[in-house]
Amino acid sequence: MIEIGLGHYLTLGAIIFTIGVVGIFLNRKNVIIILMSIELMLLAVNINLVSFSIYLQDLVGQVFTMFILTVAAAEAAVGLAIIVIYYKNKGSINVEQISSLKG
Amino acid sequence: MLAHSLFFYFFSTIAVFSATMVIVSRNTVYSVFFLILVFITISILFIMIGAEFLGMIMLIVYVGAVSVLFLFVVMMLNITEQIKSKFKRKNLIKNISVGSIVGIIIFSELLVVIGGWKYKGTFFPLSNKGTNLDLTNTHALGNILYTEYIHLFQISGMILLIAMIGAITLTFSKRDNVKRQNYFNQIQREKTSSVSLIEVESGKGIKLDD
Repeated sequence: MIEIGLGHYLTLGAIIFTIGVVGIFLNRKNVIIILMSIELMLLAVNINLVSFSIYLQDLVGQVFTMFILTVAAAEAAVGLAIIVIYYKNKGSINVEQISSLKG
Repeated sequence: MLAHSLFFYFFSTIAVFSATMVIVSRNTVYSVFFLILVFITISILFIMIGAEFLGMIMLIVYVGAVSVLFLFVVMMLNITEQIKSKFKRKNLIKNISVGSIVGIIIFSELLVVIGGWKYKGTFFPLSNKGTNLDLTNTHALGNILYTEYIHLFQISGMILLIAMIGAITLTFSKRDNVKRQNYFNQIQREKTSSVSLIEVESGKGIKLDD
């Protein structure tokens, strides 16, 4: 308990990932919070990669984490741009009302 | 070792608490602030276990760029009142029950994997990019990022460029009352289309459009 090992960091990553998943289910009224939950899940993956990289003394995990960071930043930019034009067209970002593609 | 565990528990408690606040907070602006707090604490944990460069990059990229982008969009859209007015109680309870079931299942699966996991060195060999203790973390990371992984690095730059172009073309809107330069039209302008000779009668004015 007092000795902090790999398992503690993995558990922290698991908790944050679960919070991200639950956040997607919980917030059916705001797309921005869903995007933030996705960011939380990516962060949890980053925690896992970095802790394994430190544990195994292997730098490749940290290199991969940088690529995940890049993709996360690009995804946030494009997602927020989509939200902005959706709000411009419909005047709302309520998820339950986004049903134009429903058959 | 005691200090390490104390710091770990302190910062991970803050991280878990503020991650929870991100998803349960009613006000979106507060959610963004708690997201910033999560990123700051996780980057402190990264710096603590020896991945200094990634911790600092995390601060710059997430706190400096992504969260500010979120905050900017939240402030631009003005959504807080609208959400409170259209809030339905019945759906919330359904969502909470489904979400907690899925969350419990995923978390227990992850815990089973973490608890039963054991590292076996002979199973898959490491890439022998070992951390050299003489170099700092930034130096060692740069040594392999710019040599071994240079193509992936450049591809990630392309991804950022494409995302930038995509975001600009998505949100770009043409406005009518703004005068812009159009080089082709300016160069193609000819005498017949732009100069006209008008006979003006004396004593009367003449009206030209625009």
